[in-house]
Amino acid sequence: MTEIKNLKKAFDKNVVFDGLSLALPERGVFALKGPSGCGKTTLLRIISGLDRDYEGTVECGGRISYVFQENRLIPTLTAFENVNIVCHNEAKTRRLLDRVKLSDSIDKYPGELSGGMNRRVAIARALAYDHEILLLDEPFTALDEEVKADVTALIKELESDRLVIMVTHDPDEASAMGAEVIELTSCARINL
Amino acid sequence: MKKRASLPAPLRPVLAFAFWIGVWWIISAIVGSEVLVPSPPAVAVRLFALFGTAEFHLSVLFSVLRITAGFASAVLIGTVTGILCAGSKTADALLSPLFGVIKATPVASFIILALVWINKEIIPVFISALMTLPVIHGNVREGILKTDVQLIEMARIFGLSRKQKLLKIYLPSVSPYLTAGVRTSLGLAWKAGVASEVLCFAALSIGNKLYQAKVYLETADMFAWTVTVIVISMIIEKILMSLITAYQKRKRYDGNKKPEKSV
Repeated sequence: MTEIKNLKKAFDKNVVFDGLSLALPERGVFALKGPSGCGKTTLLRIISGLDRDYEGTVECGGRISYVFQENRLIPTLTAFENVNIVCHNEAKTRRLLDRVKLSDSIDKYPGELSGGMNRRVAIARALAYDHEILLLDEPFTALDEEVKADVTALIKELESDRLVIMVTHDPDEASAMGAEVIELTSCARINL
Repeated sequence: MKKRASLPAPLRPVLAFAFWIGVWWIISAIVGSEVLVPSPPAVAVRLFALFGTAEFHLSVLFSVLRITAGFASAVLIGTVTGILCAGSKTADALLSPLFGVIKATPVASFIILALVWINKEIIPVFISALMTLPVIHGNVREGILKTDVQLIEMARIFGLSRKQKLLKIYLPSVSPYLTAGVRTSLGLAWKAGVASEVLCFAALSIGNKLYQAKVYLETADMFAWTVTVIVISMIIEKILMSLITAYQKRKRYDGNKKPEKSV
């Protein structure tokens, strides 16, 4: 169970959360939806432990893996090395890169890959890491429709027994993932 | 716009060198005294004569060893203190004034103090290290502080080990800063090292030979030893930079790699 109680968070005088409470089960897919600046990415950062500057309590039900809004790949490592560094399992790394259609590009560096290819490396890395909770921040950006469908199917297949929390602006992406939508409006009012 | 006619790139340094030799020669001719400003041929003759002696090679060898030892110590210590200060505000607050004082103090003051404190043969090592230490320290510290925060967060999420973070994230970030520090401070090490050899009369050293040439008013010898220092310093810099560049290219730390395309 991942539980947030009475979360208060502000950037200077800009209040983002003013008493947000939320409980999420051990498994299931949830999509955070809402206008820009309503705190979707901030909420993922708080859940992941990257942002600890808040009031309230956040209890996280397991190890977290994360597809960041930016790819955050190490530029001096190949696609293969970027994935393998988090799991130390070459077979698993190859299998995942193959599943995201990158088997021909495993030896290429981020600077040699397109935006969409780098996105797929970042997704493969997150899936390769041993985790109980997967955070996805606009995971399908830069992916074409065909690849998006393949990656969606892959995430659904591999993450069926885990908790997935995704940020998306696109209702179609949320529905393709079979996600329950959590709508964040201004200052922590939630419409479930 | 009309394109300016320019010389082929490989010729430019050769012609610039020839130009300044010409200027030197003209000044020497105007002054008209080999004791005040010796002519380039006179210096060349002395340089060849010195080159034929065992003492020349031994002096060069010992100066190179002393200054290289000092410079290597500075790289080692500066890297450690740079890492320490980037990671700890207390260490930074404690060490920053020290490096500030080292930077602001004239090298002659340190040499004279070192003459009181330590064996004169080690003074060039100590002075070369001391003068280059703040540069290396500052560059390493800066490189670590400029490391991509997004990659550091990624490393935290995916539980990368200390070693992985150091080798895969911090080292590539520090590498260009350290390279710039090495390039800047190598010349400084030579200047400070030879100056200390002059003042402490280190046996078998370029500085000592410079001092003797000054005492006996052998100006051509002074010029010859100075040319030797410049040439050796440039050769060492070239070798070191080639090695560093080759390593950076192999590890892809060089700045020529394309940045990751944005999504």
